[in-house]
Amino acid sequence: MTTAELPFPGLQGVPTSEDKLTGKDFTSDQEVRWCPGCGDYAVLKAVQSFLPDLGLRRENIVFVSGIGCSSRFPYYLDTYGMHSIHGRAPAIASGIATQREDLSVWVVTGDGDALSIGGNHLIHAMRRNVNMKILLFNNRIYGLTKGQYSPTSEPGKVTKSTPSGSVDHPFNPVSLALGAEATFVARTIDSDRKHLTSVLSAAAAHRGTALVEIYQNCPIFNDGAFDAIKNPDTKADAIIPLVQGEPIRFGVEGSKGLVRARTGGVEVVSTADVADSELLVHDAHLDDPTTAFALSRLTDAGVLHQSPIGIFRQVERATYDDQARSQIATASVGQDDPHAALSSLISGGDTWTVV
Amino acid sequence: MAKQVKQLDRVIIRFAGDSGDGMQLTGDRFTQESAAFGNDLQTLPNFPAEIRAPQGTLPGVSSFQVHFADHDILTPGDSPDVLVAMNPAALKANLGDMKPGTTIIVDSHDFTGRNLTKAGYAENPLEDDSLVDYAVNVLDLTGMTVEAVKEFGLSRKDASRAKNMYALGLLSWMYGRPTETTVAFLEKRFAKVPAIRDANVTAFKSGYFFGETTEAFAVQYEIKPAPMQAGTYRNITGNLALAYGVVAGGVASGLPVFLGTYPITPASDVLHELSKHKRFGVTTFQAEDEIAGIGAALGASFAGSLGVTSTSGPGVALKSETIGLAVMTELPLVVIDVQRGGPSTGLPTKTEQADLLQAMFGRNGESPVPIVAPQSPGDCFDAAVEAVRIAVTYRTPVMLLSDGMLANGSEPWRIPEVGDLPVIDPAFATEPNHETTAKDGSTEADFWPYLRDEETLARPWAIPGTAGLEHRIGGLEKGDGHGNIAYDPGNHDYMVRIRQAKVDRIAASLPPLEVDDPSGRAKVLVLGWGSTYGPIGAACRRVRKAGHDVAQVHLRHLNPFPQDLGEILKGYDKVLVPEMNLGQLSMLVRAKYLVDAVGYNQVRGLPLKAAELAEAITDLVETTSSSSVEPVETKEN
Repeated sequence: MTTAELPFPGLQGVPTSEDKLTGKDFTSDQEVRWCPGCGDYAVLKAVQSFLPDLGLRRENIVFVSGIGCSSRFPYYLDTYGMHSIHGRAPAIASGIATQREDLSVWVVTGDGDALSIGGNHLIHAMRRNVNMKILLFNNRIYGLTKGQYSPTSEPGKVTKSTPSGSVDHPFNPVSLALGAEATFVARTIDSDRKHLTSVLSAAAAHRGTALVEIYQNCPIFNDGAFDAIKNPDTKADAIIPLVQGEPIRFGVEGSKGLVRARTGGVEVVSTADVADSELLVHDAHLDDPTTAFALSRLTDAGVLHQSPIGIFRQVERATYDDQARSQIATASVGQDDPHAALSSLISGGDTWTVV
Repeated sequence: MAKQVKQLDRVIIRFAGDSGDGMQLTGDRFTQESAAFGNDLQTLPNFPAEIRAPQGTLPGVSSFQVHFADHDILTPGDSPDVLVAMNPAALKANLGDMKPGTTIIVDSHDFTGRNLTKAGYAENPLEDDSLVDYAVNVLDLTGMTVEAVKEFGLSRKDASRAKNMYALGLLSWMYGRPTETTVAFLEKRFAKVPAIRDANVTAFKSGYFFGETTEAFAVQYEIKPAPMQAGTYRNITGNLALAYGVVAGGVASGLPVFLGTYPITPASDVLHELSKHKRFGVTTFQAEDEIAGIGAALGASFAGSLGVTSTSGPGVALKSETIGLAVMTELPLVVIDVQRGGPSTGLPTKTEQADLLQAMFGRNGESPVPIVAPQSPGDCFDAAVEAVRIAVTYRTPVMLLSDGMLANGSEPWRIPEVGDLPVIDPAFATEPNHETTAKDGSTEADFWPYLRDEETLARPWAIPGTAGLEHRIGGLEKGDGHGNIAYDPGNHDYMVRIRQAKVDRIAASLPPLEVDDPSGRAKVLVLGWGSTYGPIGAACRRVRKAGHDVAQVHLRHLNPFPQDLGEILKGYDKVLVPEMNLGQLSMLVRAKYLVDAVGYNQVRGLPLKAAELAEAITDLVETTSSSSVEPVETKEN
């Protein structure tokens, strides 16, 4: 059986497993060495237990990472993997994905890895729409180098490298991905296993580049960065859930909602003040990214108080790798033995014979 | 009028004009005609980095030199016998290379006030006596072209653009070139624009007929075909041969080729060419930058393809970190560096061989990388296949050092038999290679990605999709055998040494060096690498012709050196190392063999000149002989 029969176009061409695998089958023999309490553990556990649901063979899954705490991820999964160099994982994964339709390719990266040193590769992978799933662990800090501000840290952040406060303006990873014309853009939270798993499934099902920003707590260098959306007392007001086809409501008992603003963006209103029919109905499948971008702007650039969670955009566009393989396949149709073809190639042009 | 025919054994012609004048095309066509005629030849294109530098200025001059002969030749020639100058700037820029008595053919059309000023002439050199030492033919080539093609109704500007073909026609007559290939070429090239096609063909033929009928040229020259080894030949540039070599490496290894690259002069033609060969399973990926190009190529190698990246020196600088990752992950990867003048952006369109030490050492840590260098345009094919052989067999990145002169220069190439290609076996791992014993004594078969082949020290290449061989690799230090992250001191020391030993082990697979020492009495050895092969060979011939003994060895492998190099070097009193750098190979052989190598170094962005190098060799031969020969005998000499 191939995945063509499964509801995962993103995995078409990848052979499926005859055996039912479990999370344990995806656990390598290496000891996990993140700090106690790190959000990475939760994501690892979620991925290990989610992978069997794809129904693939372990050997047809590849995880590629860059450098940073999260980039140790591949060592802990019993699949093929490469822990590469800082920022370059999307480039390396592009080569793997282009050459091998039969592989499910995942990139694990962090806010520094993906958005700082590897920013160029990230945006170009997304615009090309190479069939790879990028898990961007955003803890808004540099952990492995022990606590410098990152390209997603809030302005004014005091760290070892910014004792007077950072004067950098941060990236909003979702806005960036939408600007780069990514075909799948989502955000989820390390501590919400159910939501995380549902987003990973949707990413796997997507054919093309899927960018999944995962809010991930660093208990050592940036503890509490996501408290607003994790604290049971505040999270109802902080998380704006994006559910396909549903009016966007949040707050205690749905007291808040989103409506289209006169400026063309979206704005938060009290649901008591507007008719239900005025609430913005979430549609990630719109080809026009304008609304998705407007939604992405609801996330605070500074200390986080509010953020939409879910799939911002999910549209179909031909992938780079499918098209590249198709060109090769078309050119190769009916070709003779490669040695004979090579002989004819190098003998082309104006030739002359000396006897 | 019956014209006199004079025999010559070799001629060097340089076509020079504005970069929009089509001089590269003119030179290329003359070359193809000469190749079809059966002469041996070498070419040297020389053009500005600017696509259209200001018209009529010195920086905008583009030239193409072709050396053709009735015997085998090794270089594009030091200085031209004939200069074709299409405007004042072309004359001024190239006059310095012309020796007294040589021929200059000038298109007088642009020798007017403003154009003379742009070229920096205060007076018209055609009207004063500044060219008195040369045989000068002043012709209104542009005017004659416009007149010849007026029936096609082109604008004056378009009509005058065919002047390069008029000049080509004239030169084709002068040297008895066959014209059919150029007519066929023009008909194909401009098939869609009949007026332009007919104008070019007519200009070409008119130039030829002008030579035949005018009294201005009384002599036609004949350069007989050169005796060459039997076989089928074509003219080929280094970049084309290199691209073909990469395709051949894919065929020989049975691996799909993946070129991840970023455009850069003078390497872009490798991308252009490989992008045409999808039917061989060649994928070309024009990445967002140099780093992504090599990153994607390394990813492709991990996935079981032949990863290749192509660039020039500045690109190698950007790729260095990924080359280091390839060293650590021990994956096959071919890194093509078509060297140009440096440092930094340097001289993008000029040649140099100053990236040798960058290839050798330009990474952090102990990071040995094999280095292979072609010695002539056609040899780029074999060098590329050899780079693939080493990369695949030893699971290592390989630096392939071409240069601008090889890339754009051309020569007749004897087309090899595909059946003679080496067999390159990727030998993918397909099953576990190790047994792990558990605490309870039970054993389990597993896969250790860093268990090495005893002969080559190469690690197994297990590609994704192979069941039971799942493993993780990366840039962190590997534990010997199992390949898991390992920080312990002894392991690191061992792994650093084993990676070096693996590269050193390649030397065992290399053929003995060819020592060219015809008399067997030489005391001086000239040691070279890369594109200096031609000038060194030509210089050695001159030295021998003058009655001296000199030996020549040319290296294809720069790392590791061939096993017999040390012994060969010991056999000579003096070793001269000519290079287009400040002494990079000299430094390496001095360090490795404690030999007192003498450098001959030029970094002018141009190939070494055989005549100048011959003088340097002769000086060294004479001083070396006098110190080792009895004074009495010296007098008798």
